[in-house]
Amino acid sequence: MAKVVVMGGGVSGHTAATFAKKWLGDEHEVIVVTPNSQWNWIPSNIWVGVGQMKKEDVVFPLAPVYEKAGIVYKQAKAVSIHPEGKEDSDTPYITIEYTGQGKQGQTEEVEYDYLINATGPKLNFDATPGLGDGNGQLGPHTVSVCTADHAVHANNELQQILEKAKTEKLKVLVGTGHGMCTCQGAAFEYIFNIDHEARKAGVRDNLEIKWISNESFMGDFGIGGLHLKRGGYAASSKLFAESLFVERGVDWLIGAHVSKVEEGKAHYELLDGSEGVEEFDFAMLIPPFAGVGLKAYAKDGSDITDELFAPNGFMKVDADYTQKPYEEWKASDWPRTYQTPKYENIFACGIAFAPPHSISKPMKSPKGTPIFPTPPRTGMPAGIIGKAVAHSVCDLIKEGSSAHLHEASMAEMGAACVASAGKGLTDGQAAALTVYPVVPDFEKYPGIGRDLDYTFGEIGLAGHWIKHILHHMFIYKAKLNPGWTLIPE
Amino acid sequence: MANVDHSIEKNIKPYEPSFETMVPTPFVKFMRTCLIWQFIRFLVINVKMLLVVQKSH
Repeated sequence: MAKVVVMGGGVSGHTAATFAKKWLGDEHEVIVVTPNSQWNWIPSNIWVGVGQMKKEDVVFPLAPVYEKAGIVYKQAKAVSIHPEGKEDSDTPYITIEYTGQGKQGQTEEVEYDYLINATGPKLNFDATPGLGDGNGQLGPHTVSVCTADHAVHANNELQQILEKAKTEKLKVLVGTGHGMCTCQGAAFEYIFNIDHEARKAGVRDNLEIKWISNESFMGDFGIGGLHLKRGGYAASSKLFAESLFVERGVDWLIGAHVSKVEEGKAHYELLDGSEGVEEFDFAMLIPPFAGVGLKAYAKDGSDITDELFAPNGFMKVDADYTQKPYEEWKASDWPRTYQTPKYENIFACGIAFAPPHSISKPMKSPKGTPIFPTPPRTGMPAGIIGKAVAHSVCDLIKEGSSAHLHEASMAEMGAACVASAGKGLTDGQAAALTVYPVVPDFEKYPGIGRDLDYTFGEIGLAGHWIKHILHHMFIYKAKLNPGWTLIPE
Repeated sequence: MANVDHSIEKNIKPYEPSFETMVPTPFVKFMRTCLIWQFIRFLVINVKMLLVVQKSH
């Protein structure tokens, strides 16, 4: 019996674990180690953050799902990886620390034959002074929609702002809270949902809403922007993004690194070197992501964390990590199998793998502060990569080390994204986008980097319906209800 | 089209970034929430997305 351990139970880890168990059956064991007791459909946190959904609508308990699937579930956080075992044993293992199941604080060694790292990100609030509380958690000055609990808190604060805006003028600031953030899309959704709710509440005229972002141009979204066919032209996403902001009366500040947050103030540095302060009455600033801080040790107990992980804490896989200028980047730099180079039985998927470089062009201010989006690895790519990794692991178990590894390069896969711009059955809107490939391939598609026949986008009520349907569809799939494998990642 | 918002232009200020982009006309805004048109777009977008999903797996 082989033992597959999956660290993390988010989109990528849950996908990997559930498919691995389905394909391996009862002959082999699949173990999920995740500190969370609930699965969260994160894209709908936006709607929790504006009071259009409750927390219970976007989460469900993991334990019964894993029990139904025959997956061993350990509510714990992974602490360290020991890929060579220890002095008296060659069996690799990880150490975990329980966060629930009545064993809080207890540690345990979990042996594995194959390890899938899908730990997702650490929300690195403390990277910006004042954005965090100094202990790694969200600070007191801003809100977040990164977790369901954060979104509940954000809505409580927002409702007070909407109430106060009935009698006084207030300012809302939404965007990225550091020069090296990703997930601009979540902030993009949140700012337009706030705009939508403010209009419904009749207080929009009393609310100044402003966007602050580390993108060098509007519509970069961490993927270096995209082009869409419209009216006989291939038009830049910059035009469409700016158009929506002007239409909704939302001002913007881009190329910004938020350097410090205080009560009602966000200090920033821009790409041109200038500095300034944005005052606010309500702010949602996305934190930068980092690896979760896993350590790795060799058989003799020496620290080999640097061999398995990049400096940002994400796991090195089969990417080309050679440092080179933007002009020399290639689609082939991106990983295909997500297997670690040194240990053939360790894979990383979703946000946990270290990208070879960003997708957006790296830029820095005259002072040397890096200000550019880091690459997104969430949603559809996270699911597809998780499934491909599970497939590889299953084939390695069944066919041996000569088995063909499954490939899922972000430079050869597309992504569908639906960004809400307001919720409502007949007055809601969302931008429905597809991009192919996620990582532009300028050799295959000169100039634009993407296939215009498979890259499209439009905003409207239909996009909102699709986002709402996806909400129910993916929660249905994650619960492993009948026919779940028929729903694509 | 009685409920269409004609006031987008007030958000545009000359020689500022808002002046340098495109803005939707009232007709485009109307079509974004026109139920019949959006039902057709719903079908079209789903087909397009499924093609991308199929190409990515």
